[in-house]
Amino acid sequence: MVTLVLPRLISFEGMSRRAASVTERNLSTLRSAYWVVLVSGFLEPVLYLFSIGVGVGALIGDIRLPSGEVVGYAEFVAPAMLAAAAMTGALSETTFNFFGKMKFVRLYEGILATPVRPIEIALGELAWAMVRGLIYSVAFVVIMVLLDLTTAARALAMLPATLLIGIAFGALGMAVSTIIRSWQDFDLIAAGQFALFLFSGTFVPPTGYPAVLRWLVEVTPLYRSVDLVRALSTGTTGWLQALDVAYLLALAALGLTVAGRRMERQLCK
Amino acid sequence: MTAMLSVLEFHLVNYRRTWRSSALTTLVMPLLVMLGFGVGVGAYVEGGVGGVPYLDWIVPGLIASTALQAAVGEATWPVFSYFEWLKVYFAQAAAPLRVADILGGHLAFMLFRIVLSAAVFLAVAAAFGTLHSWWAPLTLVVALLVGLAVAAPTVAYAASVSSDSYLIILMRFAVLPMSLFSGVFFPIGSLPELLRWVAYVFPLWHGVELSRDAILGTSPGLLGLVHVACLLAWCAAGCLLAHVRFRRRLVI
Amino acid sequence: MEPHPTAPPAAQNPTEDFLIHARGLVKRFGDFTAVDGIDVDVRRGEAFGFLGPNGAGKSSTMRMIGCVSPPTSGVLEILGLDPRRDGPRIRARLGVCPQLDNLDIELTARENLTTYARFFGIGRREARRRADELLEFVQLAERADSKVEPLSGGMKRRLTIARAMVNQPEVVLLDEPTTGLDPQARHLVWERLFRLKQQGVTLVLTTHYMDEAEQLCDRLVVMDGGRIVAEGSPRELIERYSTREVVELRFNADDQRAYAEKLDGIGERLEVLPDRVLLYVDDGDEATAEVHRRSLSPASVLARRSSLEDVFLHLTGRTLVD
Repeated sequence: MVTLVLPRLISFEGMSRRAASVTERNLSTLRSAYWVVLVSGFLEPVLYLFSIGVGVGALIGDIRLPSGEVVGYAEFVAPAMLAAAAMTGALSETTFNFFGKMKFVRLYEGILATPVRPIEIALGELAWAMVRGLIYSVAFVVIMVLLDLTTAARALAMLPATLLIGIAFGALGMAVSTIIRSWQDFDLIAAGQFALFLFSGTFVPPTGYPAVLRWLVEVTPLYRSVDLVRALSTGTTGWLQALDVAYLLALAALGLTVAGRRMERQLCK
Repeated sequence: MTAMLSVLEFHLVNYRRTWRSSALTTLVMPLLVMLGFGVGVGAYVEGGVGGVPYLDWIVPGLIASTALQAAVGEATWPVFSYFEWLKVYFAQAAAPLRVADILGGHLAFMLFRIVLSAAVFLAVAAAFGTLHSWWAPLTLVVALLVGLAVAAPTVAYAASVSSDSYLIILMRFAVLPMSLFSGVFFPIGSLPELLRWVAYVFPLWHGVELSRDAILGTSPGLLGLVHVACLLAWCAAGCLLAHVRFRRRLVI
Repeated sequence: MEPHPTAPPAAQNPTEDFLIHARGLVKRFGDFTAVDGIDVDVRRGEAFGFLGPNGAGKSSTMRMIGCVSPPTSGVLEILGLDPRRDGPRIRARLGVCPQLDNLDIELTARENLTTYARFFGIGRREARRRADELLEFVQLAERADSKVEPLSGGMKRRLTIARAMVNQPEVVLLDEPTTGLDPQARHLVWERLFRLKQQGVTLVLTTHYMDEAEQLCDRLVVMDGGRIVAEGSPRELIERYSTREVVELRFNADDQRAYAEKLDGIGERLEVLPDRVLLYVDDGDEATAEVHRRSLSPASVLARRSSLEDVFLHLTGRTLVD
């Protein structure tokens, strides 16, 4: 085996290959009903877009962006739903499912008896969450373009942004899953996720909130994600969006580090 | 009747252990929706809906919607796991209980949870000063009707599926669309003709309308009878179906 | 099953004579010392056992050897490598069958093997070939497309053993391979493990069943309280720590001790258990005759050959399975 002779030179390659084998395992678990669950996940943000963006939007009319530009309400809501979809896609794999695999079915114990390392399991699961998130994002931007809520070129630019959002939330989700103790805690996570979904500048700009609340909202990861995607969608990018990207990258790095360390500590004791 | 009450008691005893974690979803979630959409989005709806401020307009719809959420929450995973994972129903069937007692007792507990969630929401709505009429407490009766109209067929569904993936599918393809397009957030008059008829068929819209009439103090007229009849039809069909499914699983 | 690559390429490293080499190995969890300074050497091709009751430190030792649990202190070399540095490289050459089956319940029997093979970087086609071969080997070919859950305990264990073989390991670690199985399933597992041993695979196993240790192990250590209390082949251990035969006597009395004095002088040694008295003797028939000559009338008498259970009793004053 080459890996035994040249461990230093190709250890990184081995790492990505081993992480990929974890992703591949998830792919082989797809069964009929779960396929539908997985793919139909894109439906949720679409339904919200039509109900709130289009339905309630008819009662609202236009809305003014912080940059001063005026856009239709659906145009305002759509990018936020895209960011939220990227978040949901990533979190659904890395919280509930990840926790179950780690603590409940002891799947990772079996994998760790092979050359695969904890951090590689984390990376493999994250890659899987990305695949899932990307399916949702692609479906959603297609709908946005069809409804004339953005242009095709901007839609293409939004896809890498949704990947970054997915990585950041996926890493965060895994880190949280290594910390929580019981299934009941997922009720809390779901409530927190829903609060983020409602108040991260998704349906109304936080400019109307009291100062403290507004400051709080603006440091949440979903707000930064919405800000990034909305700027790309409406073509109003600036320096603030560089900050969004840096924020999400830092979150991803932090989440992965915590998740990898804590997995190692819990599984290899 | 006492047999059914003993089943209800079992569920209530269970609830005493778990109410804290479910309190979060029954109280906090609707409150978040009210703040996010009613207060937040409402601030941008100029002139309200038909002269009623947006917040006041959606509160009755949210109460009916809360009843729906509570009904679905209690009628999906708990029922599925009592068959598949925890086998509680089979244990009850080994006692001298009829299928109707087991099913009825559990449905009675669901109604208790539904009316509790609706009552909490109603109290919060009162605190926000969004209740316009003395008829408002009647929304609790509406909540019970909507709750049973949703819970009974959902129980039948949860008793029939082979994997909990199908429960997620139900949430995604039925529950979420129903809560978003049944006139809770915007009048269904603006929906395309076909979708409007879909809303007419499903139970939530009827509950939303009745609940809105009660809280805003408007008379539903003869249409009110149609709403009630529709909801009762869902209740009856659902209970019948659930009984058939339970029989098939428990009496072999 | 294809012939296993038994003969190692001439050892690249002198310590490779011992596939596993431990000196003063310690594992602590907080204040609790699970493994308390043990020395172990496992040679290529042998079947090596850790015998001891629950809580003796066997599983902790196995997890350290499996490179999923870093030693607290001491020397540990596996295949001539340091598990602290070379975990993945070592694990690539090990097969692990854990005490509790952790098969992938979302996959079929065959997929469990092919997916696992992928974790070792084995190509898809080769993974499929090995999976079919191994399913045949553990007699599960007919259940290849069955999910894991409906399989019986014995089948799951055999599937786990097949999974441990998928990377054609040089050493297979088996943590209590037959605990919880019914007698028929145990014999089937033993028979398959014996086949592996014949193929030259090095087996390292833990057990608290003496018959399992006697059946499978060329050499074993007896562990108690995190320490090794004896080492040798089953035969050597019995010769060293026990007599050729044992007579088990049950008396109709609440306290068997009352009879101990009256048995004094028969055989080399005597052990009193709550429900019976054991006489360690060279000739069981002769000893039984002596018991009757002293006009003691036990409710039952059983003369048998000595076993590892007797060795353990002698070393620790306790029985293996409580």
